[in-house]
Amino acid sequence: MRLPLLALLAKEPAHGYELKHALEKTFGDAYPSPNIGQIYVTLGRLEKDGFVRAVDVEQVNRPNKKVYYLTATGREKLDDWVDEPTEGPRVRDEFFMKLVLAPLTGIADRMTLVNRQRRHYLSLMRDLNELAERTDPENRVALLLIEGAMLHLQADLDWLERCQEELP
Amino acid sequence: MTGAPAIKAINLVKIYQSGGVPVPAVRGIDMRVESGEFVAIMGPSGSGKSTLVHMLGGLDVRTSGEIWLDGTRADTLSESGWALLRRQKVGFVFQFFNLVANMTIADNVELPALLGGASPRQARERREYLLGELGLTERAAAAPAQLSGGEQQRVALARALANQPRLLLADEPTGNLDSRNTKDVLRLLSDVHKKGQTIVLVTHDARVASMADRVVSLLDGEVVDDGALPRTRRRPMGTVGDVVELRG
Repeated sequence: MRLPLLALLAKEPAHGYELKHALEKTFGDAYPSPNIGQIYVTLGRLEKDGFVRAVDVEQVNRPNKKVYYLTATGREKLDDWVDEPTEGPRVRDEFFMKLVLAPLTGIADRMTLVNRQRRHYLSLMRDLNELAERTDPENRVALLLIEGAMLHLQADLDWLERCQEELP
Repeated sequence: MTGAPAIKAINLVKIYQSGGVPVPAVRGIDMRVESGEFVAIMGPSGSGKSTLVHMLGGLDVRTSGEIWLDGTRADTLSESGWALLRRQKVGFVFQFFNLVANMTIADNVELPALLGGASPRQARERREYLLGELGLTERAAAAPAQLSGGEQQRVALARALANQPRLLLADEPTGNLDSRNTKDVLRLLSDVHKKGQTIVLVTHDARVASMADRVVSLLDGEVVDDGALPRTRRRPMGTVGDVVELRG
């Protein structure tokens, strides 16, 4: 969550709750809503690393609130993040390890593993379908995120099929 | 309503002859589909899934085994017997559309309803509903050749549903569609299924398969898995959004 927070702060200084709301508003239900504790912990680390600074703003009848802003180093960090290509999606290597190794040890046979995994992917797909149905049609960001997850799942299923064909 | 399953297949086998060499495509499949059920058939290419639905629709002759549709034995029917049964009870969506080239889209969709005994008014209303749901209202007067592949595929689905068949069989009904058009097809399938439509379709599209009540997986002409999809376990405070995780 570090870099998304830096990106939001590059737009304007904000306090923790504002950042939480901005994330929720942008990504809708498609992004697991971060809790405020996580956000403050992350902000604390970013501050320690010198990427953000906080100023206390006085409030009437309430404790001061901390407003965070981006430092020059933070801006550089953000620029680097934006400028470099992003890692491709990880291969589901944990399942692949199981698929390759489990039969050798006699713990499980491949057909059972593949079938169980296929059902799991399809039920995730059903959840994504339902999530897409519930998402505000105007929220293109959230819908694209969901569509991306669907395309990844489809690729996982296609690969599963290839594993089933190729591995005896 | 007899309570008979929509489909019952017993030890179904299909062996093609290829240059004198027998090539088994389906090797003894038992299958039962209840009325109102939605079953998706998945599997790698060459696993026999298209052959299976073609046999279930009488478009391919079985080598051995039995097929019962709605309590009636169907595998022993003549070609014309199958044609009559299909007209009355089965809608079929082919991978390659098979629309009538010299008829308009509207007529392509209305024809099966008229053949099935619907009045012209009923046929028109049904056609308007189906084309509307699939975003094709404005293409009603066009000829099939004027439509894109994706549009023709949606027309083929509308045509298969025109007669409100007891059974809808489909072979990759979203195979030529982009994401947006797929969404229209999914919505229509879900809608007719809720109204009681029995659906058996072959698909490699996980979005389509995940809507089914049951998924049957084939490999080398045999069923290797058959079951309902599990409900995913959600973390107590989580939302389905948890399945989408951002990096960063």
